[in-house]
Amino acid sequence: MTELRTGTRTVTLGTPDPGLPSGAVHENYMINFGPQHPAAHGVLRLVLELDGEVIERVDPHIGLLHRGTEKLCEYKTYLQALPYMDRLDYCSPMSMEHSYVLAIEKLLGLEVPPRAQWLRLLWAEIMRISNHILNTTTHAMDVGALTPILWLFTERERIYDFSEAVSGARMHAAWFRPGGVHQDMPEGLAGEIRAFAERLPKALDDMMDLVGGNRIFKQRNVDIGRISAKDALGWGFSGPCLRASGIPWDLRKAQPYETYAQVEFDVPVGKNGDCYDRFMVRIEEMRQSVRIIHQALDRLETLEGEPVLSDDRKVVPPRRGEMKRSMEALIHHFKLYTEGFHVPAGEVYVATESPKGEFGIHLVADGTNRPYRCHIRATGMAHLQAMDFLCRGHMLADAPAILGSLDIVFGEVDR
Amino acid sequence: MAGHLPVVPVPAGLADRAAALLDPHLLEARDSAEELTLLVTRDAVAEVLARLRDAPDIAMEQLVDISGVDWPDRPERFEVNYHLLSLRHNLRLRVKLTTDEVTPVPSVTALFPVAGWYEREVFDMFGVLFEGNPDLRRILTDYGFEGHPFRKDFPLTGHVELRYSEAEQRIVRERVSLRQDFRNFDFLSPWEGMLPGDEKANT
Repeated sequence: MTELRTGTRTVTLGTPDPGLPSGAVHENYMINFGPQHPAAHGVLRLVLELDGEVIERVDPHIGLLHRGTEKLCEYKTYLQALPYMDRLDYCSPMSMEHSYVLAIEKLLGLEVPPRAQWLRLLWAEIMRISNHILNTTTHAMDVGALTPILWLFTERERIYDFSEAVSGARMHAAWFRPGGVHQDMPEGLAGEIRAFAERLPKALDDMMDLVGGNRIFKQRNVDIGRISAKDALGWGFSGPCLRASGIPWDLRKAQPYETYAQVEFDVPVGKNGDCYDRFMVRIEEMRQSVRIIHQALDRLETLEGEPVLSDDRKVVPPRRGEMKRSMEALIHHFKLYTEGFHVPAGEVYVATESPKGEFGIHLVADGTNRPYRCHIRATGMAHLQAMDFLCRGHMLADAPAILGSLDIVFGEVDR
Repeated sequence: MAGHLPVVPVPAGLADRAAALLDPHLLEARDSAEELTLLVTRDAVAEVLARLRDAPDIAMEQLVDISGVDWPDRPERFEVNYHLLSLRHNLRLRVKLTTDEVTPVPSVTALFPVAGWYEREVFDMFGVLFEGNPDLRRILTDYGFEGHPFRKDFPLTGHVELRYSEAEQRIVRERVSLRQDFRNFDFLSPWEGMLPGDEKANT
């Protein structure tokens, strides 16, 4: 039985109201938000219990995009399971591959050549920019600012071109492989990425001129969906959402992988843990990613022509050209693309700082050529679970703003 | 270990410290692949996680993940893994317990609110019961779904398929019918075992 204040009177829900001549009954009502709603960022069904326009309870129904990725991985060889990772968070596909290949490499004890490490780092940051452009601009669109998405998507489109140049696919790259990356970047791409990195801060400035200090944008975001540092930890927040609550935690700094220990960048931290801080943290992260991209490109220049894949022939297939000329390479090629490599029994949990936060793979191997279990720790699932906590007491119109600031992608949440 | 992997420090005395802290609930502490795994008694898991969270020198403030694993041949077939993270000390821990289809695991939602959905997921996928979870509904599978798909004895293709029936003007459920048998290639190397005819080499 919920008590409800209407104006100056307090009435009890579900009972006749003596203050009204008709003795009418006050009741909360439920509405469905989604599953097909442009502001739901995919297939989310939110069942909202409303008191007037105030949200009393949120029950997210997820799983509409559940494809059983973890089960499918158990029926594929380690290499065949890799492209499934692209289809998790399809806004930053290579970051998803990253945790997975690191988990395999940890079980195998496989070394990765320096150039491949720098390439992975470079692309992890490009993916971060791609993801954050998508999230910040659509978030701005959800609260009424239509222009940023039109401006920034011109730049984001370039990232898809880069991805196509490097892997042949605009989205589902399958470019990170156990032992390195599939192939080196084509000639001239480094220069184009550098030009892009030089252009981007200007594009971000333009966008911030529009929304950063904009009165309407601030009214829709400041103090909306606040979460304290303690609650953010309890609700399993990570990445920009955790940092916006004031916790300077970044896996790239705390538990550095690849060559992150060698690059200089700052970790932006928010103060209030509201939608506006989460937005601003992402904007600043893009600027830091630009810094990292410049450093990575500098280092890649010094490593020109070095291998990008491990030469461990029991894991990494030989190049096709080599396969055509050498009998041994032919055997390796055949064996690795049919049977695949065997991974020694054991279990690992490897997490990386994906654009959305901590993305982990809990990989259990039983010594065969297939994962025994590949559990995916989806960042968005923890964030989405906090929707109920974040939305209570807010207005209905704040729900899309909060949802947008959490950066939910259903490929990842539902797996 | 390869140098490009995430550097997660495991301090030398951590296993002993955890053993002292968790006594008598700790069954085994395993340190493999530079990850510390603590096998604990099932009924004490909430107590274990509370102690790990509240001990100032370990301070596992965040429950990162709960993942289930199915080992059908074992007497208690399900493993439930709790991945913990300490931001203050930069540590990771895995707390593991085992259970079967009918024995419930105490819920840890009171300690970590994030456990709510994670426990629902393990329940949905494996059928592990969590006692004390206030909202133990299915989460990822369809409304009205039957079975627990990540169990090893659940077929990859599933049992039921849906389609829109033009005749009935609604979604209908039917048993899965495969035009071609499900192909599950066993690529385990015959080169490493005995091939037919090899026995002649030894005679």
